[in-house]
Amino acid sequence: MKALVFQRKPTRYFSAMAAGRVAPGSGAKVGPLRLRTDHDPPELPGPGWRYIKPRLSGICGSDLSTLDGKSSRYFEPIVSFPFVPGHEVVADLVDTDDPKAEADGTNRVVLEPVLGCVTRGIEPVCRFCAQGDLGNCVNIAFGHLEPGLQSGFCCDTGGGWSTLMVAHESQLHPVPDGMTDPAAVMVEPAACAVHAAGTGGSAGTRDGSVVVLGAGTLGLLTVASLTYFHPDLDVIAVAKHPEQRRLARILGASSVVEPGELRRAVRRLRGSMALGAGTIDCVTDGVGAVYDCVGTAESIGTAISVLAPRGELFLVGMAGDVDLDLTPMWQKEISLRGVYAYGNEAHLGDRRSFDLAFELVQAKDLARLVSTTYPLSRYTEAIAHAGNAGVRGAVKIAFDLTGEKERTR
Amino acid sequence: MPRPGFVLDVDRSTPPILFHHGEQFRLEKLPPGRSRVIYPAEPIEPLDDIEGAIHHALHHPTGDSEPLPALLRPGMKLTIAFDDISLPLPPMRRPDVRQRVIEQVLDAAAAAGVDDVHIIAALALHRRMTEAELRHALGDRVYDSFAPHGLLYNHDAEDPDNLTFIGATDKDEEVEINKRAAESDLIVYVNINLVAMDGGWKSTATGLASYRSLRHHHNVHTMVNSRSFMDRHRSELHSSNWRMGKVLRDAGVKVFQIETTLNNDVFGTSGPMSVLQRREWEWSARDRLAFVAIKKSLDKVSSRTRRQIFQGWKAPHNVTSVQAGEVEAVHELTTSHVYEQHLVPVEGQTDILTMGLPYICPYNVNSIMNPILVMSLGLGYFFNLYRGRPLVREGGVVILSHPTPWEFHPVHHPSYIDFFEQVLADTTDPYEIEKRYERGFAEDDWYRHLYRTSYAYHGVHPFYMWYWGSHALAHVGRTIIVGGDTRAVRRLGFTPASTLADAMELASDVVGRDATITHVHNPPILMADVS
Repeated sequence: MKALVFQRKPTRYFSAMAAGRVAPGSGAKVGPLRLRTDHDPPELPGPGWRYIKPRLSGICGSDLSTLDGKSSRYFEPIVSFPFVPGHEVVADLVDTDDPKAEADGTNRVVLEPVLGCVTRGIEPVCRFCAQGDLGNCVNIAFGHLEPGLQSGFCCDTGGGWSTLMVAHESQLHPVPDGMTDPAAVMVEPAACAVHAAGTGGSAGTRDGSVVVLGAGTLGLLTVASLTYFHPDLDVIAVAKHPEQRRLARILGASSVVEPGELRRAVRRLRGSMALGAGTIDCVTDGVGAVYDCVGTAESIGTAISVLAPRGELFLVGMAGDVDLDLTPMWQKEISLRGVYAYGNEAHLGDRRSFDLAFELVQAKDLARLVSTTYPLSRYTEAIAHAGNAGVRGAVKIAFDLTGEKERTR
Repeated sequence: MPRPGFVLDVDRSTPPILFHHGEQFRLEKLPPGRSRVIYPAEPIEPLDDIEGAIHHALHHPTGDSEPLPALLRPGMKLTIAFDDISLPLPPMRRPDVRQRVIEQVLDAAAAAGVDDVHIIAALALHRRMTEAELRHALGDRVYDSFAPHGLLYNHDAEDPDNLTFIGATDKDEEVEINKRAAESDLIVYVNINLVAMDGGWKSTATGLASYRSLRHHHNVHTMVNSRSFMDRHRSELHSSNWRMGKVLRDAGVKVFQIETTLNNDVFGTSGPMSVLQRREWEWSARDRLAFVAIKKSLDKVSSRTRRQIFQGWKAPHNVTSVQAGEVEAVHELTTSHVYEQHLVPVEGQTDILTMGLPYICPYNVNSIMNPILVMSLGLGYFFNLYRGRPLVREGGVVILSHPTPWEFHPVHHPSYIDFFEQVLADTTDPYEIEKRYERGFAEDDWYRHLYRTSYAYHGVHPFYMWYWGSHALAHVGRTIIVGGDTRAVRRLGFTPASTLADAMELASDVVGRDATITHVHNPPILMADVS
């Protein structure tokens, strides 16, 4: 089968770190990722597992971090090598246990990539999986699968950047008739944004206004999700690039500002006083919640500076190792909460994140966020494009596997 | 004998013309046959004896007023108010004329046994003056005698305990001014009348007023109906101030007005900067060398250093007149002196008006000329420096030359930043801006706090700057800025151009290819008397 394979090669990883610092996305050229046409297809790990043939597979921010050597070392024990990246996947379900069987395209599925207790063959399932919160599964490195937080980071499952992978039936969501592949590939990242809106819903509505920091895919989807599920909320979107600002407005942000303008925008909105003689170090009253879809020290610092006392900061974007003065967080009694993956959304009618994500993608026409697709053979271009998506006026870059001849072999 | 201002018709032999460009300069060749350049008058002769002239003015007042000494008596409350940091431009070399006048007023007060004296910077909604700026304007002797005792201070238009509501005009314009001034037995107002807009009742009714009062004439309606606000008799801004003056007078507020005028000596008649006030075809080899040296040196240093260099420049302005007494009579005389220096007769309007904007305007002394101030200087102050008709015809094009950096002084102009980021991102229509945003900015507690305790212009001030240009915005077909920051220029609602040639090309879309061009060679200041 044809696949992009990420191997454990420390020297290449070191090169990727250097390249990634110079230009986002350039780690793919020199790092441990390689295109293989003779990669062994994964075996079905057990009962309930199925072969799927990816049609589109997105390039996510967490993929870019991995390729550019920026990921936290926290992940080391919860990935297994070699793995095929790609966890935003719309695929054809193969009807038989034969990996060479052709898929006729009438049975499309979206992958829910989190590998919880059920997929790992662990019984009884942990208390989080029992209530549907697979993202909080406590057995992420155990059971009959090799370690791996999600499909796309586990050597047993394969990933979406290939012509074939395996998935447990519990991971598969049928794609409704009429939903296009670009729409379907947005369901997984949209589910993360749904989870953000579900997690922060009540907090966000307390003061009537929230900030979404960052307007890449996750930021824009969070804007869409918050405005869809909490229509009374004023959402201030922070976007660096013109196309991001345009899309944030279309997706429902009540105001859109550039990063350097945020403190002033929040101060104006809240009619707050501010610390600083004309420049603003910190607003004294601010918004009730910030959804940080960037996850850097700078974005977290900015979030704290615009939060009201007892406000809530939701880390939606994958954070890393940050160096930050937390004094204002302490003084303003700000809560910090991570938002990872998906689950059961108690604040959104007790529905599954993925079910809500299907609804959101169609209601907000999120297929428009898929800017372009590439074949696997042009993976370095694709990843460089994704790494510079904002600058280049793009949002979601994906691999299109439907034209790969290996798909039918 | 100084030469008057005049209009040069550009022909093939005309050398490139100097355009001010912020803290830099451009030399531009104007199209021959259809271009003209308006030059200011050379600096008129100053007074030989300034101290003597001040003494004479105080003892021989103009209009229905007794001499100052006759108005002073023991036990009275005397308030001396003076024009703030916004005048003159650039700041003048020491001793500042305000110091000279106030020292004589204080001598007279002392001689009359007046002990209760307050000195107030009449800054309205401008930023507070710093100690250094007060010392420069008033001298160390005045500062050291009064400031340590809290008797020399900046007017605070947001201190409800120190404002007095006087009444309303027959057009329901509320008059509220500084309480100490209102309750004084006499206000002595010390003015510098740099341009025809300054002085008269505007000194007290604006300089010592609050937002409650100012909003009645600092608004779009007033500005659009002032043709121009530099022509007192055709200025709704002044009509309103004069109505307020009547309210003050009727309420018993007694004002002894002292007005002074300065000549056009901005860059000196000797030294390297003097080339900037010579006419280009008269430049000697030495002038050319000086100009090239200045330009090349400025081009090599950072914008911050350039700013420091220019903001450090103190002009050798000389005093040309001092008159004192009753406000309106004094101001008529003052205006005639201003016109004597500034008015240049010009025949007819033009299709394209070009202006090189310098580094300074009234609101960026020791500060940064932000994009809103660029607009205000170009379409507000410079555009309105006319009598009769605007220099550019209705529907014509204004071309400004200025770097227009997206840069703000965070201490001096905090609400300007918000105005630029929020308001102008939404609309540039002055009426819309006034209707939807003014009140929010004017009553914002943070801006109030910074205005009162820091050195910030009032929250509403950027609105006034925008309104200042509203007559021009309604009059011209297009505004182009040459050499400006593209994003900032677009945010202002104007068209950016890299070169003057590009700007002319863009202008031709509006006024045709054979359009007439007029360049205003300002500074030094001139006022076009357009027939």
